[in-house]
Amino acid sequence: MRTLPAAFAATTILAGAAQATTVYPLDRATILAGSPFDFKVELNKQVKPEDVKITVNGQDYKTVLGGEARFVELEKGKDDKALGSALLLRGLKISAPGAYKVEVAAGDETKSVTWNVYETAGQPKAKNIIFLLGDGLSVAHRTAARIMSKGMTEGKANGRLNMDDLDRMAFVGTSATNAVATDSANTMSAYMTGHKTAVNAIGVYADRTPASLDDPRVETFAEAVRRMTKKSIGIVATAEVEDATPAAVVSHTRNRNDKADVVGMLLGVKPEVLLGGGSAYFLGKEVAGSKRKDNQDYIKLFQDAGYKLATDKNELAANASAEGNLLGLFHTGNMDVTLDREFLKKGTVDKFPNQPGLVAMTKVAIDRLSKNPDGFFLMVEGSSIDKMSHPLDWDRAVVETIEFDQAIGVAREFQKAHPDTLIVVTGDHTHGVSIIGTVDDEKPGTEMREKVGTYAEAGFPNYKDENGDGYPDKIDVSRRLFLSANNGPDHYETFRPKLDGPFVPAVQNEKKEYVANEQYKDVPGAVFVQGNLPKSSESGVHAVDDVVLQSAGPGSEEFHGYLEQSDVYRVLADTFALGAKQTN
Amino acid sequence: MDIFSSLHLSRRRLIGAAVALPFTASVVRAADPSLSFDELYGKFGVLGLEFSDKVKRLAEQEISMKGFMAPPLKAEAQFFVLTEVPMSLCPFCSSDADWPDNIVVVYLLEKQTFVQPRQTIEVRGTLEYGSWTDPDTGFVSLLRIRQAEYFSV
Ligand SMILES: [Zn+2]
Repeated sequence: MRTLPAAFAATTILAGAAQATTVYPLDRATILAGSPFDFKVELNKQVKPEDVKITVNGQDYKTVLGGEARFVELEKGKDDKALGSALLLRGLKISAPGAYKVEVAAGDETKSVTWNVYETAGQPKAKNIIFLLGDGLSVAHRTAARIMSKGMTEGKANGRLNMDDLDRMAFVGTSATNAVATDSANTMSAYMTGHKTAVNAIGVYADRTPASLDDPRVETFAEAVRRMTKKSIGIVATAEVEDATPAAVVSHTRNRNDKADVVGMLLGVKPEVLLGGGSAYFLGKEVAGSKRKDNQDYIKLFQDAGYKLATDKNELAANASAEGNLLGLFHTGNMDVTLDREFLKKGTVDKFPNQPGLVAMTKVAIDRLSKNPDGFFLMVEGSSIDKMSHPLDWDRAVVETIEFDQAIGVAREFQKAHPDTLIVVTGDHTHGVSIIGTVDDEKPGTEMREKVGTYAEAGFPNYKDENGDGYPDKIDVSRRLFLSANNGPDHYETFRPKLDGPFVPAVQNEKKEYVANEQYKDVPGAVFVQGNLPKSSESGVHAVDDVVLQSAGPGSEEFHGYLEQSDVYRVLADTFALGAKQTN
Repeated sequence: MDIFSSLHLSRRRLIGAAVALPFTASVVRAADPSLSFDELYGKFGVLGLEFSDKVKRLAEQEISMKGFMAPPLKAEAQFFVLTEVPMSLCPFCSSDADWPDNIVVVYLLEKQTFVQPRQTIEVRGTLEYGSWTDPDTGFVSLLRIRQAEYFSV
C-alpha cells in the first residue's frame, strides 16, 4: 500500500514537467564545435528582463555564448494565448569542446541543461560520403528484396544484396523529442544536424509558438559542408525534392509541409545536383499543376543561378557528365514507383512516361559530383519504400527496396575505384511488417487464407529473374512471399499483388473515420481485416523498432553497437573533419 | 453574377424532379455537357499541365461532372474538392494540402449535407478555369465549378 502515494507523486511531477521552462538546444544535446545554432529560453511566466539570470558554466552567458539574447516580453500561442516570456539568441557558435551547463533562473522558474560540444578529427578520413537512405527500410523489406531478387534454395539465399556486403553496422534509435514514435522529417533531421527534434520538424528545435519558420535553428550537414569545405553537394530522391528526407539535408522548418519554402531553402544552399520529383512547388500559381500560392518561378530562379534543367530520362542522360549545377525534376509530385514505372505502367506513368529511376539518377549524380577535386557529399533516398508501406502495398515496397539496393550497387562500384569514399546505408524508421511465409495458389479450395503457408507449409516462393535485371520477371507468381502488417486501418486483405495500381486500403467516411475500401471487397478470397489503429488512421504507421545502419569505407569504423540517430551525424562530421579547430 | 437567375432556379427545380423521377433525370442531365476527369488536361508535363480544348470550350458554361468528394478541408467551408478516386490522405507521407493534379474545386450555391467520400456524386454548375485563391482559406485552385449543387448517383 505504501507504493500508492509514491505513484501519485510521480504522476504529479510528470504533469508538472510538461510545463517546465524549456531551453533549446535541449538537455544532453550534442553540438559540433564551431557549428552555428540558435539558443532559446521559453519561460512559463511573463517576467521583466532584469529578472532573468542565465549562466553558462557559472559565468554570465553573454561572455560564453558571445552575444546577448533578444528578450521577448510575451510570446503568444494559438488564439493569442499568453505563453510567457522568452529569450532568443540566433546563430551563436561554440568552438571549444566540452560540457556546457546552462542554468536559467527567472522568478521561481529554474532550469538547467547541459550540452556536449565536440570537436572532430583534425584531418578528414574520407574525401566523399555517399549517404543512402531507404525511407521506412525495415528488416522485412530487405529480407523480401533478397528472396524476391535472388531466390532461395534449400534455405540458403541464392545471391546477396549489395547492402548485405557492407562491412560495419549499428542499430539506430529513431525516437523524436516529443514522442517514442517518429516520422521521416525529424529522423532525417537528426541524421543531418546531430540534434534530435520533434515529429514534422526539420533543422530546428520545435518551439511553442505557432509560426513554423521561426523556430530555433541548428546547422544542417550540407550547410556545415559549405561552411568548412569546397566539396560539392548532391541530393537525389524519388519523392518530391522538397519532401521531408531530401528537405532535411538543407532546410529549417517546424512543419515539413512548408514545401514551397523548402524550395527557396534548396536554392539558398544550391546543391550542385538536385534530382527527383516535386516540380509543382517550383511553378508559379498561374501554371496548371502548380502547388505554390505565389507566382515565384523557381525553375527560372534555379536557371538564373546557373542550373541546367532536365525533365526526363533523356535530358538526364544528356547531362550525365556535363559541368555546372544540375536540377532534374521528373514529376510534378512523387515519381512513380519502379513496379509501375518499369513493369505495370500503372500509377501516373501514362502522364509522365519517361521518368528515370533511382539507379540512373544516382549514376548521373556521382558522375557529376566526382568531378570536384575536393570531393562531395551525396544523399540518395529510396523514398517510396515508405510511401508504398503505408498503404500496405508490400509488393511495391519490396520492388522499391530492390531498386534502392541497385543504387547502393552504383555507389559501391564508385567506391571500388575511389576507396576514399564512406558509404552509409540506413533507414530513417521502420514499418510494422514481417514476412511470415508464402501464399500458394495451388493449395486446394477457394478461401485465400487457406493458401497461406507457414513453417514447413510455406515452402519457397517461385519468383524467376530470367532476364537477370535483379527484378522478378513477374510478381504475381503462383507461390509468393506473404508479408503481413502488425498495424493498420480496417481493410481487405487480398493475398495478391495489386496489379491495377497502388493499394488504397481505407477511405474516409462522413464521420472522418477510415473504413475499408470496398473496391477490394469482391477480389476472390479477400478477407476483411479489422484495423487496430484509431479510426482516424488511413494507413499503416511507422514502427518504433530500431533501424539497421550499415557502412563501408573510411570513417565506418565508428559505427557499432547502438547509436541515436543524432550520433550518426557526429560520425559524418568526423569523417569530413567538420569540427576541427580552424588554424586561421 | 446573379446566382438566383431564372436559369439556375429552373435547373434546380428540374433536378429536384429528377431525384423523384430517375427516368426523367437522364433526359434532363443530357442537357448539360458533361466533363470527365480524363478530359481535364490536354498535356501533362514537369513544367506544367495544360487544360484541354474541351475545358477551354466549356468555360463559363453549365456542366456536370462525376467524382468523389474529398474529405472537406474545413467542415464549415462552402466548398469541397471533387476527385477522380476516393481520397485518403496520409499526414506523414504528404502534406494535407497535397492534392493530386486532377481535382476540381466545387463552390456550392448553398450549403448541402456532405456525403461519404466513397459515394459517387454528380456535380452541376458553371465551369471556370485559371488560378484563384479562396479569400477565406487561402486554398489556390485552377479549376472550379461555381454555383454548384450535387447529388448522389
Ligand atoms: Zn512514412
